[in-house]
Amino acid sequence: MSTRTMRSIAIVCLALTVVLASAGTDVRAQGKGTIKIATQSPLSGGQAALGEGIKLGTQLALEKFKGNLDKMGFKVELVPFDDQAKPDVGVSNARNIIADKDILGVIGHLNSGVAIPASEVYREVNLAMVSPANTNPVVTDRGYKSVFRVCGRDDVQGVVGSEFAKGTLKAKSVYIVHDKTQYGQGVAEFFKADAEKKGIKVLGFEGTEEKSNFDPIITPIKAKNPDLIYFGGIYDQAAPFFKQTREKGVKAKFMGPDGMDSSDLTKIGGKAVVGMYYTSVAGPVTVYPQAKQFAEEFKKKFGKNPEPFSAQAYDSTAILLKAIEAAAKGGKVPTRDAVTAAVRDVKHTGITGAVEFDSKGDPKKALYFVLQVASDDPQKWGDNKEVKRLTIAAPAASKKI
Amino acid sequence: MDYELLLGILPQVFLDGLILGFMYALIALGYTMVYGVLEFINFAHSEIFIVGAFVGVEVLLGLKSAGLLDGLPWPFLLVLVLVAGMAVSGALAVTVERVAYRPLRGTPRLIPLISAIGISFFLQDLIRLIESIWRNAFNLVYPTIDALNIRFELTATLDVSVKSLVVIVAALGMLWALHAIVNRTKVGTAIRAVAEDQAAASLMGINVNRIISLTFLIGGAMGGAAGVLFGVQYGLINPYTGFIPGLKAFTAAVLGGIGNIPGAMLGGLVLGLLEAFAASYLSLLTGGAFGAEYKDIFAFSVLILILIFRPKGLLGEVVRERA
Repeated sequence: MSTRTMRSIAIVCLALTVVLASAGTDVRAQGKGTIKIATQSPLSGGQAALGEGIKLGTQLALEKFKGNLDKMGFKVELVPFDDQAKPDVGVSNARNIIADKDILGVIGHLNSGVAIPASEVYREVNLAMVSPANTNPVVTDRGYKSVFRVCGRDDVQGVVGSEFAKGTLKAKSVYIVHDKTQYGQGVAEFFKADAEKKGIKVLGFEGTEEKSNFDPIITPIKAKNPDLIYFGGIYDQAAPFFKQTREKGVKAKFMGPDGMDSSDLTKIGGKAVVGMYYTSVAGPVTVYPQAKQFAEEFKKKFGKNPEPFSAQAYDSTAILLKAIEAAAKGGKVPTRDAVTAAVRDVKHTGITGAVEFDSKGDPKKALYFVLQVASDDPQKWGDNKEVKRLTIAAPAASKKI
Repeated sequence: MDYELLLGILPQVFLDGLILGFMYALIALGYTMVYGVLEFINFAHSEIFIVGAFVGVEVLLGLKSAGLLDGLPWPFLLVLVLVAGMAVSGALAVTVERVAYRPLRGTPRLIPLISAIGISFFLQDLIRLIESIWRNAFNLVYPTIDALNIRFELTATLDVSVKSLVVIVAALGMLWALHAIVNRTKVGTAIRAVAEDQAAASLMGINVNRIISLTFLIGGAMGGAAGVLFGVQYGLINPYTGFIPGLKAFTAAVLGGIGNIPGAMLGGLVLGLLEAFAASYLSLLTGGAFGAEYKDIFAFSVLILILIFRPKGLLGEVVRERA
């Protein structure tokens, strides 16, 4: 390529940039401005089923509840980001999010290990993050003004699991495996601490990042023959682990936290995971009477059933929109500070129950479920049996393990 | 310390390590053969391996949706998917060489290496694209063939499943076949000649380009077979699954002596056994202080140690400087 063509290409590029940049600011001319809501969740990779569910739940809520803001003359838009369930990707997306002045709130993430570093970035500009799914205590225990969640916490969820293991399953021994993420290892440690307190013998506590070959981990498990195996992690890793464990003839019962809660668990695990128990902070849509209509609308619009956390994302979005409305009373696009402050005061009765935030951004009362996988048909994930339901207040101070 | 438990699981751990080791050995062959002939590392080989696994799962899922999966005898099914995986992976390896390496032959050795890394990323995302359009899935699950999951309980802590035996038998068969091809056929002689000295080989009337393509075909087919066996054994694959086993197999090839075929097999077995022992025993021996997550550190530390004392690898020989 000669220098002349290079130069002309450079000039064309420059001209394009200028045109595009001015097109971007054009929107301001109509109406009173644009308000954007961002989502961050894994839209690609092994956990995309849940991440996509969060995005679509947000989209549905946005279309349904943006009416008031439309009437005020604002343009409301959704900007979905794919964090790939990776902390580094989540953080670099967060940088792009805070750079876009129109974004007034974030719905996300799926993974606590991603939400925690990304929320450090949001905090720099006091941008509200309302999480539908992050259960690790650290998310809110840092006491940031800009962090909220509508779901429960792992220091409770782990205990709910161990209580069920002791009380209902009468397990005498347990072998715990986790995925080494902030979420998976965190919930596994809470489960372990409480199980030991209750006199369940913990035969092993093992972390692994392996995705396909679990043979070397299963061999010691088989030799120790526990009553129960608890996997702290997410379905895309838990399902092959459980499948291989059954194939090797281990008879133990299986259990896990809300990371198990996706139809992909049975898609991958098949018969091996039927009958296993999992705790969840998101009950199946069938649990919430108001959610039936949501599920129907969701299916009509997107052609598939809502995944767990879709309903929570829907509620999170409704809360954020309420806050934006309250902050936009003056008829101008509100500041991020005003929106964040308004979220704290929102009282919302959504499809997953009533949400009211405490000083840390936890819901004052959260629901916890124990569910049992009903069938090896992924289409029937919604039929999973609710074995137990508890309403528990968020712990006031973080319990140190 | 529960010595009874430690000793009790020893045979099972050994067997698991052996199965993993044979897979590494099969993949390592692809690295080592290409290195022997062209003296560069084909980093796209990990994707060639996983393409084999994807072909296998697609064939099985295709048969399943046609309702033929339960009707056909399992040895026939296995041979079918193995042949399909080997054919596609072999063809892909040849294509990659034609497109990405041959035009760069004669350039400094770093250039094809960069090209290989590029092809590797390209193939990962290509598989991902195809599968997301075709099946709307990221993780693909091998359909269960019940006969392969039958287990024989030899002792309380040792059992062998049919599929483990299949992996071992298939791997041994292929390694033996490769050994025979390289050492007992005219083609094998030509491959060794090209590895020895390309210019002289072409003066002797050997079509160097064809032999290089053939090397990629054989190495790729072995990788594809390893991919199918990997899928059958572990059951779950995604477009990025190939990367880590590929890296470890490359390590195995270096460990055994890069460019040396028996070395690749030995290196694969050593690495597989190391990994299995580390993953099973680390937490038992250290009382939970170090767990299975440190298995790779352990395996790679051993690699570094071996290379410090034997820089050419276990069976590698000192390569003469070419004039």
